Amino acid sequence: MGQVKSLADLRKIKENQQGKMSLREKSNNPESLVQVRVAMATCGIASGAKQVMDFFIEEFDKRNIQAVVTQTGCMGYCFAEPTVEVTLPGKEPVVFGYVDAKKADDIIEKYVKNGELVEGIIPVNYETIEKK
Amino acid sequence: MMKDFAMHIMDIVQNSISAGASQISVTITESEADDSLKLVIADNGKGIPAAMLEKVTDPYTTSRTTRKVGLGLPLLKQHAESTGGHLSIASEEGKGTVAEASFGLSHLDRQPLGDVAGTIVLLAAANPERRFIYRHTTPYGSYTFDTDEVNAELDGMSISEAPVIRFLREMIEENLKEIKISG
Repeated sequence: MGQVKSLADLRKIKENQQGKMSLREKSNNPESLVQVRVAMATCGIASGAKQVMDFFIEEFDKRNIQAVVTQTGCMGYCFAEPTVEVTLPGKEPVVFGYVDAKKADDIIEKYVKNGELVEGIIPVNYETIEKK
Repeated sequence: MMKDFAMHIMDIVQNSISAGASQISVTITESEADDSLKLVIADNGKGIPAAMLEKVTDPYTTSRTTRKVGLGLPLLKQHAESTGGHLSIASEEGKGTVAEASFGLSHLDRQPLGDVAGTIVLLAAANPERRFIYRHTTPYGSYTFDTDEVNAELDGMSISEAPVIRFLREMIEENLKEIKISG
């Protein structure tokens, strides 16, 4: 039996990470990073949004893509959960529906890396009539 | 539907986040003696107005504007009551809200705890500016995870880094195993 991990062991992680750009530095100019927001309301959670969020965090790290993964509330597309909003640097946000690990992989490989659109985009009209 | 406690926690904590809470605590207490499992989620958010408080477990009540139904608390209530427990919510405007749900620990309809460790860490990583405190007590002991302590140890490094998230999840899981939490 190994010893149970404690916060003191975080130091090793910290040493390993040194030299890499920290997320805090990244968040100073989030516009230069890929931003992923996973809808995490009751509808999203019940459809597996947590697994999708786990997947994005792990895979961005493994594939060495600088990204910020956060959560958002219900975007109103409960029928298409889990939904994620992906914002590439300098681009308008794009919302993808019915996201699972396979779709998330497609989003990273095609949209995030190459800007190619993948199936499952939910057309979003951010400029509502009231705002115009 | 909510398959486990971890999903309920992820869901109800989103309410605290929407209420602008800077501190959110999740407390799970298991008691074999009274065959009970208690889940308490407390925050220092803006609170729920008294008129709304009476209706929060009604599915047709929600503060959201994107749709007209809110199922988070009703689902938690249904789960609690199906195991012989109950849900109570206390709130004071400007102070915060406490949601307390009790369950029959060995009741057949009590769902498993699920990935509570992963859920708490994801919440902390997605909301680095908020303090999360998770305390789990069983007859074998008690474990407390506090993001203030994590941040003190990280000393400037972000809690949202993948290796940190991975480590924290393992650390919580190992400690929960030590106090023999229920499945």
